[in-house]
Amino acid sequence: MLIDTSTVGLVEVERGVKVLPPNVIVTSLDKIINWGRLSSIWPTTFGLACCAIEMMAVGASHYDFDRFGIIFRGSPRQSDCVIVAGTVTKKMAPVVRRVYDQIPEPRYVVAMGSCACTGGVFKTYSTVQGCDTFLPVDVFVPGCPPRPETLLEGMMMLQEKMRKERARWSPWR
Amino acid sequence: MIQKEAERIFETRELNVNMGPQHPATHGVLRLVLDIDGETIVKVTPYVGYLHRGIEKLGENLSYFQALPLTDRMDYVSAMSNNIGYCVAVEKLFGIDPPMRAKFIRTIVGEMSRIANHLLWLATHALDIGAMTVFLYCFREREWILDLFEMICGARLTVTYPRVGGVRNDVPQAFLDSLWKFTEEFPSRILEYETLIDQNRIWLQRTVGIGVISAEEAVNWGMTGPTLRGSGVPYDVRKHMPYDAYDQVEFDVPIGTAGDTYDRYRCRMLEMRQSNSIIRQCIEKLPPGPVMADDPKFVLPPKDKMLPITQPTDMAYFIIEKACKGCGMCLRACPAKAISGEKKKAHKIDQSQCLQCSTCFTTCKFKALTVVPGGKGLSDEKLAELAVAPDKLPDDIKEAQQNLTRQFDFIKKGPKVPEGEIYVATEVPKGELGFYFVSDGSGKPYRMRVRAPSFVHAGCLPRLCVGHLVADVIAAIGTIDIVLGECDR
Repeated sequence: MLIDTSTVGLVEVERGVKVLPPNVIVTSLDKIINWGRLSSIWPTTFGLACCAIEMMAVGASHYDFDRFGIIFRGSPRQSDCVIVAGTVTKKMAPVVRRVYDQIPEPRYVVAMGSCACTGGVFKTYSTVQGCDTFLPVDVFVPGCPPRPETLLEGMMMLQEKMRKERARWSPWR
Repeated sequence: MIQKEAERIFETRELNVNMGPQHPATHGVLRLVLDIDGETIVKVTPYVGYLHRGIEKLGENLSYFQALPLTDRMDYVSAMSNNIGYCVAVEKLFGIDPPMRAKFIRTIVGEMSRIANHLLWLATHALDIGAMTVFLYCFREREWILDLFEMICGARLTVTYPRVGGVRNDVPQAFLDSLWKFTEEFPSRILEYETLIDQNRIWLQRTVGIGVISAEEAVNWGMTGPTLRGSGVPYDVRKHMPYDAYDQVEFDVPIGTAGDTYDRYRCRMLEMRQSNSIIRQCIEKLPPGPVMADDPKFVLPPKDKMLPITQPTDMAYFIIEKACKGCGMCLRACPAKAISGEKKKAHKIDQSQCLQCSTCFTTCKFKALTVVPGGKGLSDEKLAELAVAPDKLPDDIKEAQQNLTRQFDFIKKGPKVPEGEIYVATEVPKGELGFYFVSDGSGKPYRMRVRAPSFVHAGCLPRLCVGHLVADVIAAIGTIDIVLGECDR
């Protein structure tokens, strides 16, 4: 049965989300799935270099990743995103790729720090010049290392990106 | 017969397990291959090189001043100590001596970074063994130290605060006050961590008697730092080969007796208290004076006595028409392409496009380019009236210009360094960090080699793990306190 919006008090709280007090919410499947997904991003515990220390600082209580629903998981199979925190060397790149491949879809990549973005100061024979050469990066977080606030901003940008996704839940996405 | 049949059915063999490089407890990208018999470790093979970035090779292609920021990306947990180690080594090679105030400041920040390092070590070590609370407690104080670092140099982790010949800038009084408050508070915080784990039954079971190494063996394996002192060897570079201001402060070198994981933990806890007392003594004794050595041959000129190139000024750069030969040097050098002119005719600067970087000023060989103080926004005719030849400028501007040229030269080519080779060791939180330079007389090292404690300690892992259980490998990795950035370089 369709709800007749002219007679009941449907309140539009934001664009595309209507609430019928006390507890009926009318919205699209996209919205509800994206909301659920962006509110609990679980990154893999995967530190490579210096940026990992700042990533740990963000995970600790002062900056507190948990308030965004971001909780580090030990296994890539339980996580949604990988934060490439640090220099990717040519020896390490296949491992990073393998960790990424183990993450179930939908998966996201955050390149944290200059090294992961472009190679940074290490323009040498052993360093990969940016992890976007072998991974589809969603958010680049610059800095050497980025301040914790910058990483928080980067994760919020990732959330914004997820909020705008359409029909990524369908099997023929 | 029956026994043979049973052996055939229940065949036992060693299992080969790969651990890392992606593992939450390997402190980065260490990879270990474990041969295990049931739960017991038979053999451990560490594989390093997953974070080899070529820092040594990179350092050989940069001048002595340029390579400094690379050192705090080596052991990023205690970047300040690495900077100090590099600076002390380069100063020895140059033969210069930083002023007393700089030495004391370096000792302060070095000990701060030791506390920060041990806090991170305790946090991760306890987290690996299973105590989550300690992690959150330790990071609370670590944030405090990082905030203090931010007060003096603006960076939290990769600081690059010490310079060859001193430190970059003097410390503000607010920093010293805040640090004093920290040192008053910190001993009670250490007691808090100890309440959590010191007599904790799980902690004791996981650490006492795990990874035991005797004093003689530890020396033979090349261990240094708290990892060695846990076995009862009182070797500390700060005591035996004092650098900076360590010969002017009093401190003990805490040692253990049993040489197991618990004793190494106790050593580091006591070391944090010693560092705290060193900081207090340094603040009390901090002498006044300059913070950079005064040696124009080897030390970068002070920033406030240099032509300003990064902040806006009221100066204008101008080409004197009569003196200009039209060689085109400035035209090619100008990054903003503000200079125009034909060959062998006087060139001209477009004032609206000029960035005031003074590149042209340092390139001109014919004394045609000059600075007009207070000339910004004036017309070309007016500037021509005011302009004087560069050798007739006021002395302070002339000196500023010379300083700028010297800075360019030092950074790009490096100073003229005496030939020879040198090895200088410093005590970083992880152990003995040594820098070995071979100088061929140019401004860049012919060979730069880092003796990294983490690399040596990673080699000791098989010795510490064999005979224990798989879970104790985690305790062993934690207790030697390795950072792979320094290990692989």
